[in-house]
Amino acid sequence: MQIETTINNKKVTLEAANDEFLADTLRNYGLLSIRQGCDTSCCGLCTVWIDGKPTLSCSTLAFRAQGRSITTIEGVQQEAKKFAEVLVAEGAEQCGFCSPGFIMTVLAMKNELNHPTEEEIVHYLTGNLCRCTGYMGQLRAVKKYLEVK
Amino acid sequence: MLKILDLVQPESIDEAYKVLTESHKSAVLGGCAFLRMGSKTINTAIDLSKLDLNYIREDNDYIEIGAMATFRDIETHPALKEHFNGVLPKSVNNIIGVQFRNVVTVGASVFSKYGFSDLITALLALDTEVELYKGGRMPLAQFMEESLQKDILTKVFIKKTGRIASYQSLRNSSSDFPILNAAVSKLDNNWLVVVGARPTRAVIATNASEKLSNGEDISNSAKAAAEELSFAGNLRGSAEYRKAMCEVLVKRAATEVMQCR
Ligand SMILES: Cc1cc2nc3c(=O)[nH]c(=O)nc-3n(C[C@H](O)[C@H](O)[C@H](O)COP(=O)(O)OP(=O)(O)OC[C@H]3O[C@@H](n4cnc5c(N)ncnc54)[C@H](O)[C@@H]3O)c2cc1C
Ligand code: FES
Ligand code: FES
Repeated sequence: MQIETTINNKKVTLEAANDEFLADTLRNYGLLSIRQGCDTSCCGLCTVWIDGKPTLSCSTLAFRAQGRSITTIEGVQQEAKKFAEVLVAEGAEQCGFCSPGFIMTVLAMKNELNHPTEEEIVHYLTGNLCRCTGYMGQLRAVKKYLEVK
Repeated sequence: MLKILDLVQPESIDEAYKVLTESHKSAVLGGCAFLRMGSKTINTAIDLSKLDLNYIREDNDYIEIGAMATFRDIETHPALKEHFNGVLPKSVNNIIGVQFRNVVTVGASVFSKYGFSDLITALLALDTEVELYKGGRMPLAQFMEESLQKDILTKVFIKKTGRIASYQSLRNSSSDFPILNAAVSKLDNNWLVVVGARPTRAVIATNASEKLSNGEDISNSAKAAAEELSFAGNLRGSAEYRKAMCEVLVKRAATEVMQCR
């Protein structure tokens, strides 16, 4: 089936099977930042925004992108770079496999929450697993980036 | 792997129900997080996106939730934060993560009567009704006792009675399935005690509810809940552990309700 959608502010037509999930469709389209860690809705690595909301692309059927606006890290490169630099400076990126999904969730949180507390930050990010860092570096980086005391 | 041979997007609920009942091996699609975990072949998948069921609204008497509203909608809706001591947002806000809760839907979760459900336990402690296309509108407690029929859950209604409620769950880690969950609510002198993830479906503990309503102390009532309900074991916990924890969770929830003004 054909899906008319907007990806990173560009109108596109995608081709996908009825039972194809968005993560596969977007990767086939060339957006290789999208990682599939668990493919069972648990790790958050495949996070993209649908109409601005962080969403698991591994668990969203591709046809549901019809008429919606999809944002991946390729579409928010400047802001992502700004945060990624803090992440690296805090030693919070090791293999980097989880980073695109994590960064998309952090940027969504920045848009959604005003002055989040540490507790709110941790809660918002629970859906993003990382096998390497132990999370403390990530938390330091997010707090620094959002200027949370 | 989930297989979908044909996909329809009905313009009306009548049409959706017609496809569901007429077509062999058809299924309604919610957020699909659960469906994708299985290896079902669906001959005709019914997508409800065109039926405007993705909403939460409030009138004088009820809060109405459309079947396609997501758990994140529940978590962030101002009316649900304000009413019932915010018990519904609290019941879902530990399920996996924000990006997961932006996917999973209320209709699928309530219709499927999952034993582990956090949302059903909290809804049962409120004055909740469900509306099914064929089965009509009925109290959630009645729906929970009926056997599963082919139908479409369209709406959930929660009466704005002023019930105060508390939700408690026990998990191995914050985003894991609950080992056990409980919700307790109070409207004047009428108390309701609900326990779920036993690991079977949530039920109302009638003895415990009656004891609290009759003014008995919280400890005895919590003990009564553990005695009257059945528990089983699975990889998350044994029946004995669940029974012991039932007393603890009911006590915690009832104490929180008691402290709310
Ligand atoms: C990895 C994982 C972890 C989870 N952890 C928890 C947890 O800790 N606590 C918890 O409470 N829940 C948990 N869940 C369940 C989750 O919250 C949802 O309840 C579940 O995914 C179903 O919602 P869905 O929208 O994904 O439904 P789908 O997968 O789309 O559908 C599920 C079933 O409902 C049917 N259906 C869909 N919509 C309707 C409708 N309107 N009327 C009738 N039938 C319908 C479908 O045909 C299907 O049979 C978890 C799920 C997953 C995948
Ligand atoms: S790949 Fe989507 S949640 Fe893990
Ligand atoms: S840095 Fe390796 S998984 Fe997160």
